[in-house]
Amino acid sequence: MAFLELKNVCKSFGGTCVLKDINLSIEKGEFVAIVGFSGAGKTTLINMITGLLRPDSGTAKLNDLEITEPGPDRGVVFQNYSLLPWLTVFENIQLAVDQVNPNWATAKRTEHVEKYIAMVNLAPARDKKPHELSGGMRQRVSVARALAMDPQVLLLDEPLSALDALTRAMLQDEISRIWSADKKTVVLITNDPDEGIYLADRIIPLTAGPGATLGPSFQVEIPRPRDRKAVNHDDHFKQIRRDITTFMLNSKSNRHTAITRKLVLPDIEPEDLNLPRSVSGWRKHPLRKREMEEVKVEVDK
Amino acid sequence: MKENWLKKLDWLLLPMVGLVGVIVAWYALSATFSKELPNPSQTWATAKPYIMEPFAKRGEQDQGILRLAGYSLRLVACGYFVALLIGTPLGFCLGLSKTFTKMADPIIQVLRPVSPLAWLPLGLALFLGAGKNALDYGALFTIAICAMWPTVLNTAVGVRAIPQDYLNVAKVLKLSRTKTLFKVLIPATLPYMFTGFRLSLGIAWLVIVAAEMLTGKTGVGSFLWNEYNNANYGNIIFSILTIGIIGYVLDRIMSVVEGRFKTA
Repeated sequence: MAFLELKNVCKSFGGTCVLKDINLSIEKGEFVAIVGFSGAGKTTLINMITGLLRPDSGTAKLNDLEITEPGPDRGVVFQNYSLLPWLTVFENIQLAVDQVNPNWATAKRTEHVEKYIAMVNLAPARDKKPHELSGGMRQRVSVARALAMDPQVLLLDEPLSALDALTRAMLQDEISRIWSADKKTVVLITNDPDEGIYLADRIIPLTAGPGATLGPSFQVEIPRPRDRKAVNHDDHFKQIRRDITTFMLNSKSNRHTAITRKLVLPDIEPEDLNLPRSVSGWRKHPLRKREMEEVKVEVDK
Repeated sequence: MKENWLKKLDWLLLPMVGLVGVIVAWYALSATFSKELPNPSQTWATAKPYIMEPFAKRGEQDQGILRLAGYSLRLVACGYFVALLIGTPLGFCLGLSKTFTKMADPIIQVLRPVSPLAWLPLGLALFLGAGKNALDYGALFTIAICAMWPTVLNTAVGVRAIPQDYLNVAKVLKLSRTKTLFKVLIPATLPYMFTGFRLSLGIAWLVIVAAEMLTGKTGVGSFLWNEYNNANYGNIIFSILTIGIIGYVLDRIMSVVEGRFKTA
């Protein structure tokens, strides 16, 4: 019996099928990455695990219990940090801790919050408001908030996609370090295969939408702790990256369709200055909308 | 060098130029077109006793200007707080519940454009039973119901504008309803609410003059009306200036308060 399990999950919005036949099972303590194109439905997938969305059909189960609503047993790091701007770093995390451990003594809760602030190296920014922090720091607060709830599963929804490449690499190392320390079950959603391979035990591609589904999973057998520089030359790493990229591009390439679009130009006629002007100044046969030609354009769907 | 110095002072010089322009035009107007209109120096002469002894009380209507303004402000404050007390929760309900919005919106849209002059008689009639306090309650009612709408509408817009992210956080943390209200909804709406509060205060101050004129309660508004009846036209201008300046000061204060609640 897997720890976190999605079975035949489908979800559609407004008649468009976004996700179909999602089957996913994750063991306790596993770090799984899901890679997909932007707009493929990655966030929808993770929202069904958080419980913010319910699947149209199929089931999502955690610990053999069906997920019906959000709860603090699943810590989420949202794509856009989602910190409350009127609270300081400390208060943002405290809100979560107070909610999860209402029975603890105040001192214990404070200490707990401080511990997680220290864990993400933000002690100097303890009393700052989110707008005073850089993107990377905000994301670390968000990670600390999720971890401080001591959830059974940590869900990371493209946590680093809004950051610059250097900050991103730094935070990847930090996530890797934190994960090694307490071995939580982690689901990482990302659009960067390298990030997924570098961090995860197992990486699963999500095909291009609409009607996206999960591809075969790739086990990453690179021993930890992983070294960023060494990994780049690792043959296994390159092999997985090649396989995943090929799989994802293939899933996208057979989705070209032709649609017909009518070009609509403003219904006015450009003036030809070389022609002799008549009294009214107009040409004999004005160009009208209906005389425009139709063109076919190839688009990605 | 000299130009630089001038540029630094233009915050002071340019308003002065405007002021001088208006005073000159005022002199010209009272000298030519409207002989009854007192010119600025005459206005100053009639207003002087009210300004020099701002808290004097020489009779029921003959009082120092700040004392008169104090009466008006006290009434405005009461009406304004009633407006906030009713308006804010109403706004929250409108923002949170679509059903309630559909139910209440047409009524609000119809009541909102009604003039204070139209509400006052109704207010007086409503509180006929209150005996000699009827005037007070009627004026309060008028101020409250006129000043309420900006608060109601801004709060409702603010609640609807709360980013889904904040609500998701509340859901994931499983905050209770009251906690969600106090930890997420209210802080997120505060900037909008204060914009509403500021507009409401402006309207409350507008309404006071009309309310005092009609009810005859002592204050700046009734002072203005009495001086018109006494053909003391200088004091009409003086009252108008007083009302304007107080309104401006109130607005400044509110915008400072509002600025403190702007979340980045």
